[in-house]
Amino acid sequence: MTSIPKPAPGAKKLGLVIDLDTCVGCQACAVSCKEWNTSGHMAPLTDLDPYGARPDGVWFNRIHSYEAGDGAAGRTVHFPRSCLHCEDAPCVTVCPTGASYKRAEDGIVLVDADLCIGCKLCSWACPYGAREYDEDAGVMKKCTLCIDRIYNETLGEEERVPACVSVCPTRARHFGDLGDPDSEVSQLVAERGGFELMPEQGCKPVNRYLPPRPRAAPPVPSPSPSPSQTAEAATPIANRLLAWADRVLSR
Amino acid sequence: MRPAFSVIFFTTASGAGCGLLIWLGLLAPAGLLPASLWFGGLTLALALALLTAGLLASTFHLGHPERAWRALGQWRSSWLSREGVAALATYPPALAFGSLWVLGGPRGPWTALCGALAAAGALGTVFCTGQIYASLRTIRQWHDSRVVPLYLLLALWSGAVLAAALAGLWGAARLPALLALVCGLGGLALKLSYWHAIDRAAPASTLESATGLGSWGKVRPLDPPHTEENYLLREMGYRIARKHAAKLRRLALALAFALPLALLAAGLAARLAFPALLAALAAAAGLLIERWLFFAEAKHVVTLYYRGN
Repeated sequence: MTSIPKPAPGAKKLGLVIDLDTCVGCQACAVSCKEWNTSGHMAPLTDLDPYGARPDGVWFNRIHSYEAGDGAAGRTVHFPRSCLHCEDAPCVTVCPTGASYKRAEDGIVLVDADLCIGCKLCSWACPYGAREYDEDAGVMKKCTLCIDRIYNETLGEEERVPACVSVCPTRARHFGDLGDPDSEVSQLVAERGGFELMPEQGCKPVNRYLPPRPRAAPPVPSPSPSPSQTAEAATPIANRLLAWADRVLSR
Repeated sequence: MRPAFSVIFFTTASGAGCGLLIWLGLLAPAGLLPASLWFGGLTLALALALLTAGLLASTFHLGHPERAWRALGQWRSSWLSREGVAALATYPPALAFGSLWVLGGPRGPWTALCGALAAAGALGTVFCTGQIYASLRTIRQWHDSRVVPLYLLLALWSGAVLAAALAGLWGAARLPALLALVCGLGGLALKLSYWHAIDRAAPASTLESATGLGSWGKVRPLDPPHTEENYLLREMGYRIARKHAAKLRRLALALAFALPLALLAAGLAARLAFPALLAALAAAAGLLIERWLFFAEAKHVVTLYYRGN
């Protein structure tokens, strides 16, 4: 059924919160996702010509990097892009077969590969590029929010999070119930001013992004360094740890 | 958007087939088209052949054509599903219309009812086709109030040119040719207004809204997520050079509208049948170009993430 289900009272709204302040663009989430999901619920994440001149394949995470603003006020921002498990998911309602569906109990958007006819209309309807077509299987594939991890009782409690969240070295990715205002992720969004992407598209995405923190005020340069300071600056600190500490403390 | 030939052929062929069926189903029972069995058979066969060829072509771009029947299931939410249902629902009344024509000519009350039902099904099919595109907010060139009327008007235009060409063989091209002139002029005006609008409308989404980083200033792509093209860029990232678009628009205008309109007018003035046949050929070629442009000029918002504009 490709109509959006009415969420049951008290139903969860599971999703991700991605911190654009701490993401370093290392691609670990993309790789970990690929590794888990190529043998998971939507398996396989087909690669075509993986070692050839034009490798091509299905990925659920794509990590872009952007420059925002100019000069000293500008920032380089790494930007992971994946399915946002929208409340009004247009990819679900356009599906002619019922292969695309949104779960009433937790809001996860999934594809039933046995029903998908590969018409690609869902990928046209999604503004976020969250759906990728598997040329080999002839069906659409997408992020499952690691449905086979988060409810997997054979895994330890701490591992029951999406693969991208568990692997992130800077804890830039958080997973939880965004429908519950008291959940950790909702608190984080409230605290940091988390936002949704392209609200004007009307999809009501569940995932939130946290903005880069404002840069610390630049140090005020002293007009004429005292002779002792000049002497200090002239002798470089050999120990790298101490040199780093010196730089941080001199700010 | 990538202009896939199967979809271009589907929308133009099924549009022309539906248009022809609408005119046949409505005009023949009113005695406004030749009552000859051969005319009815030939026209109905051409209309259904165009619709069928279009539907078959549209299944070629599916990853699993053998599962195409499943597309009939979700008519409550999906315009694509509704289109399939409407197209298939057109066949029984159309075939009944043809059978009743064979048995008792085109003017009986039951023939008229079946003709009207077939026309309604054909109209509904084209309406759903237009809605598939018009309902996609991700593509501003499609999410436009002119798209559905354009699909309807162009289907009626190409159908009327075909009706004029066929009726001309029985010396009765006058009425369908006049109807074609009206639809053609209307279609031309609407297409020009559509192009004028999509060239000037401001995009609803920008890279700033797509990343939420607008408060930092202008956002520019720095590093792409992958070095090679992926599905998104192949399917959604199709680009056409501006100068080619301008040339192709002029070619589409000439072939889809100007030339067939002139030929129809000349045929009407000189009471000749063959200009309508030439008009049908020109309109078919022109509408294929027009439909190619409809896809090639459409820009999906996901390209913002990759190209920034």
